[in-house]
Amino acid sequence: MVNEALVLSAILFVIGTFGVLVRRNAIIMFLCIELQLNAVNVAFVAFSNLFGIEGQIFVFFVMTVAAAEAAVGLAIIISIFRHYETVDVNNFNLLKW
Amino acid sequence: MVTVLFYVFATLAIGASIGVVVARSPIGSLLFMVTALGAIAATFVLMEAHFLAAVQIIVYAGAIMVLFLFVIMLLNLGHDYERDLKGGGFAVLSFAVVGGMAGLLARQLQGAGGDAPALGAQQIQAAVAEYGAVGAIARPLYTTYVVPFEITGILLLVAIVGAVVLAKRDV
Repeated sequence: MVNEALVLSAILFVIGTFGVLVRRNAIIMFLCIELQLNAVNVAFVAFSNLFGIEGQIFVFFVMTVAAAEAAVGLAIIISIFRHYETVDVNNFNLLKW
Repeated sequence: MVTVLFYVFATLAIGASIGVVVARSPIGSLLFMVTALGAIAATFVLMEAHFLAAVQIIVYAGAIMVLFLFVIMLLNLGHDYERDLKGGGFAVLSFAVVGGMAGLLARQLQGAGGDAPALGAQQIQAAVAEYGAVGAIARPLYTTYVVPFEITGILLLVAIVGAVVLAKRDV
């Protein structure tokens, strides 16, 4: 079970990374980051089966950070949308040369 | 039985997360994400983390995903079904990078928890038998890990203030 869970975690993390790299829609990029955080949670729970309850406690902290990140990130997306009328990251080229 | 169920839910989670990446509209992507979160919660149940499975459903699927849904509807996205996958060289490059990453992860995880005795599972089962599923997590959370817990509270406070300030109309 532990090995299968670790493999599942690796696969989900890789899918999330691929999504962040190839999608241009800022909200979907955010969803893929959440997917990466969830992959790490799966690994934590799997390791808690080997090393004790601490793994499950760290899942709590990861969830809290995910909630905070979602709140601030979505606020940033809303304020960007007010300026550019789009959430396509191709249009945000202020720092590009 | 448990292993078979684990494979079923793991397949569901992987399929739904591929759906998150390839879905055309943000709403579809989000619904795939909710499916993936449910499947991951089911794998938590199978790994004896019952309370975390409940929290995953209530907090992640119930609160965070609804926040995403609110923003998608507020911005009225999802009408322009233009292709937004990056094409050409970049897709090939990122596919190569991700493939390399997958290879490295597979190498690292090969037999990671292989023959280690499942001491943690026994400890957790003893704690659950003594304090219940919530108490088993709550005891160390409020004793050994109370400082990180308080810091997490401060982080949430900062996030609330930051979200309100950032989303205000005229800063």
